[in-house]
Amino acid sequence: MLRFENVGMRYGIGPEILRDINFALEPGSIHFLTGPSGAGKTTLLKLMYLALRPTRGLVHLLDHDISLTPRSELPHLRRQIGVVFQEFRLIDHLSAVENVALPLRVANIKQSTIDEHVRELLVWVGLGDHLDAKPPTLSGGQQQRVAIARAIINSPRLLLADEPTGNVDDRIALRLMYLFEELNKNGTTIVIATHNEALLQKFGHPVLRLNDGELDIVAGRAERLEAAS
Amino acid sequence: MIRFRADLPFERDQATRFVPWIVALMVFLGALALAATTAVGGAIDRWDNNLSGRITVQVPADKAGPKTLTRLAETLTETPGIAQAEILSDEATRALVEPWLGVLDSDLELPLPAVIDVETEAGAVFDVNLLTDKLTKIAPGVIVDDHRVWLQQLIRVARTVEWVAFAILGLIGLTAIAAVIFATRSGLAVHAAIINLLHVMGARDAYIARQFQMQAMMLGIRGGIIGSAAAIIVLILLATMSAGIDVALLPSAPLSLAQWPLLIIVPIAAVVIAMATARVTVLRALAGMP
Repeated sequence: MLRFENVGMRYGIGPEILRDINFALEPGSIHFLTGPSGAGKTTLLKLMYLALRPTRGLVHLLDHDISLTPRSELPHLRRQIGVVFQEFRLIDHLSAVENVALPLRVANIKQSTIDEHVRELLVWVGLGDHLDAKPPTLSGGQQQRVAIARAIINSPRLLLADEPTGNVDDRIALRLMYLFEELNKNGTTIVIATHNEALLQKFGHPVLRLNDGELDIVAGRAERLEAAS
Repeated sequence: MIRFRADLPFERDQATRFVPWIVALMVFLGALALAATTAVGGAIDRWDNNLSGRITVQVPADKAGPKTLTRLAETLTETPGIAQAEILSDEATRALVEPWLGVLDSDLELPLPAVIDVETEAGAVFDVNLLTDKLTKIAPGVIVDDHRVWLQQLIRVARTVEWVAFAILGLIGLTAIAAVIFATRSGLAVHAAIINLLHVMGARDAYIARQFQMQAMMLGIRGGIIGSAAAIIVLILLATMSAGIDVALLPSAPLSLAQWPLLIIVPIAAVVIAMATARVTVLRALAGMP
């Protein structure tokens, strides 16, 4: 699904933000991405959702070597990635329906299909009564659900969530995690960036731990149990 | 107000507010330039049709006896390349100077020269000096005017007017293009966050460019309507004013009925230029994204 080989990243002539990053995500896996502030989590996520190209090393996504993939083919790959941003990045002048519909509109999906799927998904995330509401009129939790709906509307093969539980209480954070697990059971590969150690402990998924631009991979509970047995 | 559904909140852009006015100015001056060139072109054709193929022979009043005039007319008719020579009546001669001198009393002793209107055969070329020498022997002081020299000067001036009109139009077009480029770049900067978001979602450059293109189209249509309306008002005023002027050399009404629909070309061209400029500007800017 996604493989990084000796990836390094720097902005301009600045220091390397990421150094020798090596990891692979199997299809259908779920990982946490964690590390202290400034460790390079956001940069690593940007490399994953193809907002950046590495300054060295190889990134393989869905059988494409990103360094060698022509720019014109990247939109097609990006459409298979869903991203939930920490600050949601909803478009204020568009309604909830229109915000969630964006990835489908961008992919030239028929309007009738868009209408049907978007409304259905918003009802599923509990926003059936707020279909036409503009983001500024929604609460933080509601905005987050719109953002998640937008990230998953086109059934992405890879879902990246940047601090999805950062702005919500523990109860909502747990509900979100169950939602991600549900999506993962349907085959979506998921990476969740978080500072929340309690969540890491509770769910026990493998962890990509960044520290000062370098990556350690901590096996998940299931893998550890398997190794022990 | 005409609107389109955009992912980008263009209505908040300050930089685009002046674009319709620049497009309106372009369309207004463009329509006037088009009307001017059409009118001048029509006048040139009319002068050309009326005067080419004709020569005027003026005979001083004191030499313009009936016999002399008949001899002159016969000599002209016998000259190869001349189809016919017609001695104008006194009334016709007086009518020629009427625009300058007013209606002349037939009893007034004003020594008007006699005029022989000569029609030449198509393509015939004359040596005016030779013809003048030949006619002078019959009536000294004869003037042969083949109109070509001053007609060519007039046409040259008219063509210069046309080129100046086009040059002004070109400059305004460049100003409009610069304004659209500035507004589009400003829009790219203002909406960078949403553009990045669309980019991450897998939007192709053309999808984002289309949004700016549609916005440019809307601004262009607004400017086109304003500019066209102003131009139509001015042209109607000019047409009304020129209808009261009866001077043969000046262009008549700026546009004939059949030419009015041509004016639609100007706002359409302005809209197309605005859309193309916005598209190219966005595509060039986005090409720098990963």
